[in-house]
Amino acid sequence: MAMLHGRGVAAINYPTGMNLGGDPTQALVHSTPTGNFVVTLSSVDLGQGMRQIMAQICAETIGVPTERIIVDTADTDTGPHCMGTFASRGTHRAGNAVIQAAKEARQVMLEVAAEELEVNASDLETDGVGNINIKGAPQRSISIFDTALAAHFKQGRSISGRGIFLVPRSYPDTATGAMKPATCYAHACTVADVEVDDETGEVTVLAIKNIFEIGRALNPKMVEQQLVGGSWMGISHALYETTEPYYPSRDFGGVDFNEYLMPGPGDLAETEIIVLERPAADGPYGAKGPGEMCANPLIPAVANAVFDAVGVRIDTLPITPERILRALKEQKADKRPAG
Amino acid sequence: MELRKSYFADERKEDLHEVGQPRPRSDALGHVTGSTTFFADRNIPGLLHLKMVRSPHHHARILSVDTSEAVKHPGVVRIVTATDVPHNIYTILTLIQIGPEDEPVLATGKVRWKGEAIVAVLAETERAAQEAAAKVHIDYEVLPAVFSIEEALKPGAPLVNEYHPGNYYHYDSGECRKVRYGDVAEGFRQADHVLEQTYSSSPIEHAATETTGCIVVPERNERFTCYTNTQAMFFTLDNTSIILQMPGHKLHFVGGTVGGGFGGKVDVIVEPIAILSAKLTGRPVSFIYSRHEEMQVSSTRAAEKVVIKDGVMKDGRIVARQVSCYTDAGAYSRHSPYGAQKGAGHFPGPYTIPNVWADCYCVYTNRTPSSAMRGFGVTIADFALEVQMDKLARLIGMDPLEFRFVNAYRDGDIKAHRQATEGAALIEVMQEASRAANWPVADKFYAMSSYKKEP
Repeated sequence: MAMLHGRGVAAINYPTGMNLGGDPTQALVHSTPTGNFVVTLSSVDLGQGMRQIMAQICAETIGVPTERIIVDTADTDTGPHCMGTFASRGTHRAGNAVIQAAKEARQVMLEVAAEELEVNASDLETDGVGNINIKGAPQRSISIFDTALAAHFKQGRSISGRGIFLVPRSYPDTATGAMKPATCYAHACTVADVEVDDETGEVTVLAIKNIFEIGRALNPKMVEQQLVGGSWMGISHALYETTEPYYPSRDFGGVDFNEYLMPGPGDLAETEIIVLERPAADGPYGAKGPGEMCANPLIPAVANAVFDAVGVRIDTLPITPERILRALKEQKADKRPAG
Repeated sequence: MELRKSYFADERKEDLHEVGQPRPRSDALGHVTGSTTFFADRNIPGLLHLKMVRSPHHHARILSVDTSEAVKHPGVVRIVTATDVPHNIYTILTLIQIGPEDEPVLATGKVRWKGEAIVAVLAETERAAQEAAAKVHIDYEVLPAVFSIEEALKPGAPLVNEYHPGNYYHYDSGECRKVRYGDVAEGFRQADHVLEQTYSSSPIEHAATETTGCIVVPERNERFTCYTNTQAMFFTLDNTSIILQMPGHKLHFVGGTVGGGFGGKVDVIVEPIAILSAKLTGRPVSFIYSRHEEMQVSSTRAAEKVVIKDGVMKDGRIVARQVSCYTDAGAYSRHSPYGAQKGAGHFPGPYTIPNVWADCYCVYTNRTPSSAMRGFGVTIADFALEVQMDKLARLIGMDPLEFRFVNAYRDGDIKAHRQATEGAALIEVMQEASRAANWPVADKFYAMSSYKKEP
């Protein structure tokens, strides 16, 4: 009886969006009288921080600090249509719609500023901290605060913009399956180190090294929270979770968190995450959707590590101590000399 | 977390100011101090509570429903049955023309899984609703049920759902979504080794902190405000409009702050019946799943079975890959026909293989319906594919990581679904994994690149 160490690797790619049904999202952007900007959407923040990301995307596009953006979302009386927050599409689809709307609003803002400064709008640039300058002559400038006031009360212009991002539906060919199921693809490779107790069948994931390529990390801290959480969900899927432990039997299904097994804080592996960025041609500032995929490489990496440790393959999820022990027992029986 | 900027530096401009900055989340403080307002954090006078009477059987004919005792229970205001639902048959993806409508809001005639909703009880308190629900008497004639993919597909198996003869989803391509690329039979003939293996998984719960639910308030202007934690506002509104035969302008959905989704909140389950109940009673209605309902009644990640047959050469090249993938949808479609199809677009994984065949089936059983969940159609496929990769590498005596380099897709490679690869980065994530995990590979693999033109 021993604690056996094993190591496994897995590599994957993952599609962004759901083009097999048509995939639109819209956004509206307008300025308040004092030069703050409201992004209006009907997209849903599931806890991943969508509001924050939309604010940063809008701020980048208009050329103002993020704190001047207000995100108003998920009210069907005010927000234009969004397909929904799923299929790793939120940042990518809504982000692109926000960029389009913000570009239109920025253009009006520059036109209003141009009239105040008596120059061409094309000669203006934003300084990122709240002012609009004449290119090459930053001493001649107007604040966005004053620009918005002028638009509202003097020039009678609406600093606003509309955006939509639509990926047209792809219909799979019935004979060949030719289709365009997604836009861009994220990538990942995971190496998992595990320890398996061959007496109890219990698996401890010691360490995981995750490399994710996600296009662009729009907010690195938020990317990290997503990737760490997803990694742990992957470990949980690999070793613990199911509503029906003896599927296809419907018996013994957990009904609460006492019976439905998930790893606790003490069960989680040392987790290292490295992010690569290959910007997606159609992504908002190059971003791909990393939301769903970060759980995926963990499952096979852990499964392969378990095999590396004890020499039995568990090809049915989850890889429970019971399944490992049964496989070890079978392995022993097979090795017994015939007769 | 570290950003490795050395990869793909020639494809990035480092000219951003707001994007790329680790700004603190605007909602973080509210979340970690427990002061964020979620849909259920509302004190609404006169709120009614909805509890559902559910099938105790996997498959049964409903002979009679007797609510006479339940309606007399103290605190009960109204009982809602199938006849109250204007269009009592739906399927969520009808909005993107993936039919047929195959699921009742409240069961009528038959129940097809243990936990299926039959009668809704509305009462002044949760307790009264729960107690009254126990007093609804339903007579059943139990029918034979099928629980596994294999049983369901056997000739002569009991029919799970009348809209799906043969117990599988009928795609325009036939019994499954098909991918055909090259000639797999020829590939297997050429191969030095052929390995066929079967992988499977069990249903998984989303296990979000917040359970599925909504609160509906009937407004004076004959509209209904629905505070919900759906992941898709208009998907839910438009489906509700069809089910209740109620024009969309009567509906106002408010949401957007959700305690975890993971795909568990894209089924349109609680909103239509809660809005109908508010309409029938003229009172605000709350319908929130218990943890028990969330675990055993709400949709799961589908159980899947994946059979992979590969032809591989001694030098590591995979020359043919044939996959049969089966998604256990449970009793109704929900998002499963879509998920199975998404799998078809994913095989054979991020590898360039000249001959590929994939058959992806969506199969009906007398089980809790499965639906969307983080990565569905792909997550279990990746488990199967990547364990298979490990087995193939060991079969030919090659390092598992090097074996993946040999087969990795690169820009311009045509994938089985006949799209040219763009923006590949599999090689680079594996190179970095090799370095970070101290898993050395041969120098030639460090020299590789996903870019079209090799040095």
